Amino acid sequence: MTTTLYTSDHEWLAIDGDVATVGITDYAQQQLGDVVFVELPKVGRSLKKAEAAAVVESVKAASDVYAPISGEVLETNAELAAEPALVNSDAQGKAWFFKLRIADKSELGGLMDEAAYKAHTA
Amino acid sequence: MLARDDQDSLKRTPLHGLHVSLGGKMVPFAGYDMPVQYPAGVLKEHLHTRASAGLFDVSHMGQIALRPKSGKVEDAARALERLVPQDILAIAPGRQRYAQFTNEDGGILDDLMVANFGDHLFLVVNAACKDADEAHLRANLSEDCIVDSLADRALIALQGPKAEAALAKLCAATPAMKFMDSGPHEVAGLACFVSRSGYTGEDGFEISVPAADAERLAKTLLENPDVLPIGLGARDSLRLEAGLCLYGHDIDTATTPVEAALEWSVQKSRRSGGARAGGFPGAEKILAHFDRGASRRRVGLRAEGRAPVREGARLFADEAGGEPIGQVTSGGFGPSLSAPVAMGYVPTPLAALGTKLFAEVRGQHLPLTVAAMPFVKNTYKR
Repeated sequence: MTTTLYTSDHEWLAIDGDVATVGITDYAQQQLGDVVFVELPKVGRSLKKAEAAAVVESVKAASDVYAPISGEVLETNAELAAEPALVNSDAQGKAWFFKLRIADKSELGGLMDEAAYKAHTA
Repeated sequence: MLARDDQDSLKRTPLHGLHVSLGGKMVPFAGYDMPVQYPAGVLKEHLHTRASAGLFDVSHMGQIALRPKSGKVEDAARALERLVPQDILAIAPGRQRYAQFTNEDGGILDDLMVANFGDHLFLVVNAACKDADEAHLRANLSEDCIVDSLADRALIALQGPKAEAALAKLCAATPAMKFMDSGPHEVAGLACFVSRSGYTGEDGFEISVPAADAERLAKTLLENPDVLPIGLGARDSLRLEAGLCLYGHDIDTATTPVEAALEWSVQKSRRSGGARAGGFPGAEKILAHFDRGASRRRVGLRAEGRAPVREGARLFADEAGGEPIGQVTSGGFGPSLSAPVAMGYVPTPLAALGTKLFAEVRGQHLPLTVAAMPFVKNTYKR
């Protein structure tokens, strides 16, 4: 059973046990426009909450994706690196960025559920 | 985000209402509230322009008539030659030429188009520079010319392989025009100035139209299913692929026309040994650059990877780093090439095609190659 949480920086996290799958929201991809390049963190890297973890670039500009919580990078999405446009077509599905082993579950307390995120972007 | 006060102080072009009704995403640009993209998005807008036809609102640019007090256009041309290193006298009636206003240091104050309309010159200058350009013209040329700001005109660019057919429906004379022809034409019954030119590398036209008629003309052009509205985002990626300079980025008051690799725009008559050599601001430095070379040069850059290399990225000769040798002045993703493209300044010995360089992007040194521009072959109708 997974739970999806959101950050005010427009990232989503699907929580499954002690693993979080992280991506950017559909709202974020709409704001960015056509994504042409994604840079993902190295597997094994230990990320601190709020640290720049990945980069997503549209034709116009580059934007950082911040680690929504602390944790070790377990896996990155090779399909996304090869096909960055997946962010536009399936931001909250196939276009996941990386999976983290959650370092501190208490950090999840500061995140939003779907209803709160919807209110945040309304 | 801008505060409301700032947004309210932004100027609007005569097509502002149309942009909003078309779903344009409006952003501040050169003091104007302008569409950066429409719902199609930058990528599709870019590719549509290369495949079909794109309509751009460039009404924020300055349009100026330079009217000779003598009534003779050659007197206006001779006067303007005091401010630009181009041969203006040689522009035939109905033709236009690319030019630069230079300063005493040989730098570029603005770049512009100059057309000969028979009894006066018609100038198109950059939005951000237009007030300064007009003041510069008035301060220096008022003895010979009336500087007439055509603020009551909009400017619409129609660019791409289907631009000719789209405009031909509204003005039968335009298909016979050649690249850089420019003059008055009736378009859809409106008193327009049409030039066969643009800022995309594609064949196309720029149409100056009275402000009150601009929306009607734009809507008429957009009724053609081949024509889509294109925002500033795609305008920038199109001009970058075409290797065209963006003022304030690739050229400015600190770059001479020679450093900027714009030698082709300075005719022999104004160079050393020419009939009217010099006689423009900064001539000493600019002619020295022609005669003895400049120490740096604007070049095209292609990356090996997929990561865009953007404006401000420092350039290095060695992968290990060391002292930066130059900087990227424009860069991004080229949708038609599906690859990153950039331009920047490097020391002249490193400006040869094929030279390997490195750009610093997020702490890494990414390999680049000095490459010929335009990156995408232009399709001008010469």
